[in-house]
Amino acid sequence: MAEYLLEVQDLKTYFRTKGGGRVRAVDGVNFAVLPGEKVALVGESGCGKSVTALSIMRLVAQPPGEYAGGSIIFEDQDLLELPEREMRKIRGGRIAMIFQDPMTSLNPTMTIGKQIAEGLQIHLKLSEREAHKRALSLLEQVGIPAAAERVNSYPHQFSGGMRQRVMIAIALASNPKLLIADEPTTALDVTVQAQILELISAICKEFGTALILITHDLGVVAGMADRVVVMYAGKVVEEAPTDELFANPRHPYTLGLLSSVPRVDEKRQAELRTIEGAPPNLLHPPAGCPFRPRCYFARAICHTMPPLDPLAGRPLHRKACWPDISDPKEQAYAERRRLARIEGQKAAISEAASGIRSLELEGERK
Amino acid sequence: MTDTLVASKTLLDIRNLKMYFPLTRGIVFQRTVGYVRAVDDITFSIERGQTLGLVGESGSGKTTIGRTIVRLYKPTSGEILFENVDLATLEGVQLRRMRRRVQMVFQDPYASLNPRYTIGSLIAEPMHIHHIGTSQQIREKTEELLRVVGLRPEYIDRYPHEFSGGQRQRIAVARALSINPEFIIADEPVSALDVSVRAQVLNLLQRLQKQFNLTYLFVSHDLSVVRHVADRIAVMYLGKIVELADRDELYAAPKHPYTKALLSAVPIPDPKVERKRHRIILAGDLPSPINIPSGCRFHTRCPMAQQICREVEPPFELKEGHEHYSACHFAAQVTPLTM
Repeated sequence: MAEYLLEVQDLKTYFRTKGGGRVRAVDGVNFAVLPGEKVALVGESGCGKSVTALSIMRLVAQPPGEYAGGSIIFEDQDLLELPEREMRKIRGGRIAMIFQDPMTSLNPTMTIGKQIAEGLQIHLKLSEREAHKRALSLLEQVGIPAAAERVNSYPHQFSGGMRQRVMIAIALASNPKLLIADEPTTALDVTVQAQILELISAICKEFGTALILITHDLGVVAGMADRVVVMYAGKVVEEAPTDELFANPRHPYTLGLLSSVPRVDEKRQAELRTIEGAPPNLLHPPAGCPFRPRCYFARAICHTMPPLDPLAGRPLHRKACWPDISDPKEQAYAERRRLARIEGQKAAISEAASGIRSLELEGERK
Repeated sequence: MTDTLVASKTLLDIRNLKMYFPLTRGIVFQRTVGYVRAVDDITFSIERGQTLGLVGESGSGKTTIGRTIVRLYKPTSGEILFENVDLATLEGVQLRRMRRRVQMVFQDPYASLNPRYTIGSLIAEPMHIHHIGTSQQIREKTEELLRVVGLRPEYIDRYPHEFSGGQRQRIAVARALSINPEFIIADEPVSALDVSVRAQVLNLLQRLQKQFNLTYLFVSHDLSVVRHVADRIAVMYLGKIVELADRDELYAAPKHPYTKALLSAVPIPDPKVERKRHRIILAGDLPSPINIPSGCRFHTRCPMAQQICREVEPPFELKEGHEHYSACHFAAQVTPLTM
């Protein structure tokens, strides 16, 4: 058994609603991260990926949130059991996090240098002068030009990409073992995104920092991650090494995600493949597999929740799905259902369109 | 309605369009201290039934172009010829009449639909504004419009908050279609949507285009999406179009270093391809549109820049290839991407 840096076991994070309901935002999530490994957590909004990250940092507000079960083992300690005082040492120390929106996660009333130095003084017990010096060298490390002048600037004087660099500098300040990056480039332009991803990669390599990268962008995953964990409706539905997952997806949701994104390096297909419908409401999740209502492979058995089991002979590739979607018979069944659905949609559109054309509205230009 | 118009192929012809926003100082005695040159002398045209993709980073002016075409702004100068009628100078009744033929779909379906209106009245609003139909007819048409965008007509009396992001964007599309426009400006229509829903809306837009012979201006920052939907693509940088070409030609043989860098920066969902790719990382950020660099405005970040680029603004002109325009002194030296 490998020595994991972080092991999330059967994590359940729920939120109470005013009406007395419970939103099962994270519902039995399992995954682990090796030291220095880069793991991507992939899924759509509301699938629980950010709540998983916040749970690891113990940043979920209680109430309305609650840790309803499971454990988060980091360096042999269960983070969910730690007293808040201990947790504070880990947060921003051994585990650091960068957020999506660098505009709102920096303090607008403090200079950049002070914000970086703050963490150094708390976690590494540096003096103010030493902390300031170290802040300067961190800014240089993350590629801020003219760092000596910019160290006394305020966040509003920085562009989006530069602010994200500052966030990375703050995260790096205490030499974390684990860096959690929650959609770090979603708010940035493509050319700036490329810069930031390259910086994160270089830093993880240089310091041996493990990375949990939370993203909805499969392109970013392909270029960054060693392993991918796919989440849907608060559950892990598939997990595999990156190459394996892209080459051989075994959950219909993963397959759907991969085939529904247009690629910049491919000529246009006539139409994109789609995943029909929308993700379920986690206040009332469907019984059994949460993806069943949208799944062309679904059978009667899918009314029972499938376990997240490794594939035969591939211990690192796990999926939570009953049918074997690599089986040609299952594929033919799914394809029949998909085509029937598309036919239905197209017929409905042209019927409604001719309805619209036949309506001669008063005052309409002929 | 559209079958008599086969003769004129060009629907929209934009010539030397400029949209400058003044920067003012002072409260009582306002004086203009400069301009944001959001759209700075742009020329392009769109053929009927086609889709032009407009790509660029934030602040490049792509949204301003869309809004200027529907005359949400009055352009500083230039012509917006819509079937040879210049929208740039129209006013009053004439402008309103032309606006029937051009509709817009916005990025954020949470912000573009008034939460206090039922979706039925939201979709019908353009018909009311343009005095089209009796209330019975309007209701009938609204139901058909819901059906055409893939929603159930029974939803007509519900409110926007009862719908998901994808469904709301369908409602926004239904509203745009309600007065039978010929031209639709879609400003980042799928950027706020999740990956799995994005493909549904893109397919819907394509199906509707065929069904109603629509012409699209598709504004987006996402080059993968634009490659999928557009016939021709215009790339913007700091208020200018730097390259304009047919979709596949632009990707296969870019003739502007900015286009090439953009293409190389887009992540591709395939780890094997990603490992082999050579990425051109542009230094720094987009300069401010208040202080546009001299000469070629891309020279501050361009890996190919020479002395001439700092001094002389390259003309936007036809280059080798099929209707391939580029504004670069060294267009011929831009090599294709190695992918």
